[in-house]
Amino acid sequence: MNAALALQSGVGRNRVLRRRHVLEQTMVVLLGTATLLAGGLLALILGYVIVRGLPALDLAFFTERPRPFGVTGGGIAPALIGTLIIGLVAGVIAVPIGISAAIFVVEYRSGRWAEVVRFAAELMAGLPSIVVGVFVWAFLVRGVIGNYAGIAGSVALAVIMVPIVGRTAEEVLRLVPNSLREAALALGAPRWRVVLNVVLPTARAGLATAIVLAIARAAGETAPLLLTALGNVFFSADLFKPMAALPLQIYQYAVAPYDDWHTKAWGASLVLVAVIAAVSLLLRLAIRRGTAS
Amino acid sequence: MIGVKERTPVAERAGPEPATRLDAAPEPAVRVERLNAYYGSTHAVGDMTLELPSRSVTAIIGPSGCGKSTFLRCLNRMHEITPGTRVTGQVFLGNEDIYWQGVDPVEVRGRVGMVFQKPNPFPMMSVYDNVAAGPRLRGWGLSNTDMDALVERNLRRAALWDEVKDRLRRSGATLSGGQQQRLCIARALATDPAIVLMDEPCSALDPIATYRIEELISELASEVTIVVVTHNMQQASRVSARTAFMLAGEDGVGRLVEYGKTDELFTTPRDERTEAYITGRFG
Repeated sequence: MNAALALQSGVGRNRVLRRRHVLEQTMVVLLGTATLLAGGLLALILGYVIVRGLPALDLAFFTERPRPFGVTGGGIAPALIGTLIIGLVAGVIAVPIGISAAIFVVEYRSGRWAEVVRFAAELMAGLPSIVVGVFVWAFLVRGVIGNYAGIAGSVALAVIMVPIVGRTAEEVLRLVPNSLREAALALGAPRWRVVLNVVLPTARAGLATAIVLAIARAAGETAPLLLTALGNVFFSADLFKPMAALPLQIYQYAVAPYDDWHTKAWGASLVLVAVIAAVSLLLRLAIRRGTAS
Repeated sequence: MIGVKERTPVAERAGPEPATRLDAAPEPAVRVERLNAYYGSTHAVGDMTLELPSRSVTAIIGPSGCGKSTFLRCLNRMHEITPGTRVTGQVFLGNEDIYWQGVDPVEVRGRVGMVFQKPNPFPMMSVYDNVAAGPRLRGWGLSNTDMDALVERNLRRAALWDEVKDRLRRSGATLSGGQQQRLCIARALATDPAIVLMDEPCSALDPIATYRIEELISELASEVTIVVVTHNMQQASRVSARTAFMLAGEDGVGRLVEYGKTDELFTTPRDERTEAYITGRFG
């Protein structure tokens, strides 16, 4: 009797355990599937771009300018240079503004003003990029400069980058422990010195991530560049003239009715992804080296 | 954030006077007059009046929430960096009231150093740079040889030189907890403050590290004025010449209950609340 009871309860416990085990396994499978789907989608896109883009890559692709409409051959050299120039100038404009705003909000949080800045950044991040493009077109291309220009593209991209840099940098600056600020203030350091010599160096790696995120997002933007930098099949480093850019070149190659140009569109896509990855990697490496020494 | 100065005449002072039995301290380093500290509408520290003697250790004891840390942070104007805080009253360093309108808090903090509860060396700076941080942040512009000498001198004062002299370029975060706290003491000493405030400097440390810090506090007392907040009454009795006991009243306001020579306060407390606290009946 006693033995039977013990057996029964043992069986009952086993059943509960088994149910938990099954539930556990189910959850692991479900979560694993979700992870695979997310990762798989990325792998699919990257893989497809690589497979379709690789055949386009040869030396001429990187050194030559695009041929006239319908002519086989040619490359993306002006677009590659244009994207680097437009992106660099956009970064030079956006990074100081974004990081300064984050410093203002976190370090000099003066209540209501900080809220206003944060709210403005959120609204700005929500602006469709085409709207940014139209605004810069009306203001710079039609107004101040008078023609399509690389610098207008930089400004448009900078407008897109500022809220990304600012909001990410804000999160990063908040992660800097307050005890470090207090330690520096207690040494008799003025506030700006605390920010410059203690807070920013501590947040260095995170700030690099903020910049990388913004560059990655802006470098692929097409719509605002269509309305500002316009594109150019010739080499041009003049910021006040129309300038080529990779997304524009991809667009031009992709909408043409020629197989050779379609392959070139894939190749340019691959190069764009690689450029963004390379810039991210270089920036991270530079930051890591700076931290180690 | 700082309340406008109103110099209250002595005769108008209200409230029960704390049991203070000191002859006028010889050349007081700090003289606190009716100091009140607030967080928003919360009154944290009420009507503190006391004199801290020069070149000796004063301990501030009391249960959690009695305002002792807040009081300490009023002595170098660190209380006000928390938004919404307010201080009234006067704190004299020598003849100068650090809460007088024209006084720059940054300059005050250069003269009154601080060591915090949790060791907080700058993690991205080396041992050397941590000690050099104060002079650099304050823009002293020392030559390399002068800075080397300053770093060595202050690491020696903090009894840390022998342990770290071969790894001055390593990150301060690689040291043990006790070493980190002594590094923070060296960092605080490097700007040559006349007064060093310590907010429970040993509460995050093991007994051996605690012992070394206590030893260090006793040694430093011949050079600087030290005010140490502590939860640990044995520590107060070991390191301090004078002890102030604070307690939050029923209104939640922390006040000075008793202040006197440490051995007298611990052996023959005058206030029954002090006796209850040091014999462990509350707190």
